Amino acid sequence: MELIPGINIQHYLLLSAILFALGTFGIMYRRNAIIMFMCVELMLNAVNVALVAFSKMWGNTDGQIMVFFIMVVAAAEVAVGLAILMMMYRNIHTTNTDALNRMKW
Amino acid sequence: MLTQYIFWFLTFLAIFSAIGMIFSRNPVYSVLSLIITFFAIAGHYFLLNAQFLGAVHIIVYAGAIMVLFLYVIMMLNLNNLQEDRKSFIAKALAAISGGVLLLVLVSGLRDAEVKNITAVPGSENNGLVENIGQVLFREYLLPFELASILFLGSMVGAVYLSKKSNA
Repeated sequence: MELIPGINIQHYLLLSAILFALGTFGIMYRRNAIIMFMCVELMLNAVNVALVAFSKMWGNTDGQIMVFFIMVVAAAEVAVGLAILMMMYRNIHTTNTDALNRMKW
Repeated sequence: MLTQYIFWFLTFLAIFSAIGMIFSRNPVYSVLSLIITFFAIAGHYFLLNAQFLGAVHIIVYAGAIMVLFLYVIMMLNLNNLQEDRKSFIAKALAAISGGVLLLVLVSGLRDAEVKNITAVPGSENNGLVENIGQVLFREYLLPFELASILFLGSMVGAVYLSKKSNA
């Protein structure tokens, strides 16, 4: 069925899959902890796109509520994660994850 | 069809600025590219009649989360960071495993279309604040309250972690 004229659920799922794969690729490709963290945000948003498209397909509100809670958890995660990043920078003076090869500094 | 053109425009904008986010050398440019991706995704939400989510997405992501990222990057003075020292093998492996993941997702989701669904009549108003609020505060009241406890915990954790002397 068509979600909006000319566009059906497959298009949205393809967009979601491409964004998710790009996020995974970015996490493995970059060594900077901040960029890796942003790639996690991208993966969360890729899943959100699929959930909103399914919500539109079934005419049901539950998918949108799920996306709302994912946003809530992402906001809390960013606050704690950036605090951990600042701790890391304060202790080893870099955000390169290759420098984190010891359990204790 | 106008909506179709808007869909493809937003899709390519999202994908190409996500690629730009991964490959740019300067973290500030990465943050700006990711903000463009988030605006494109918010446009998709508006196209899908999820107006409340689109507005919340712009406010929370572009307004709060990415500003926090920019703030941390500027506070740590990271915009002249050293080169990523990664071997070609590691980069090639990252590309291969990302591509394989995309292949698996696409082949798994290819047949996901369910035929003969008729959406509930009147469901195009589902994304308005009124209807979202009705569902959120009736069926999902307990998760909503638990989210506030989660925020309290993360606030305490963030303040504790970024204190100067916690050794």
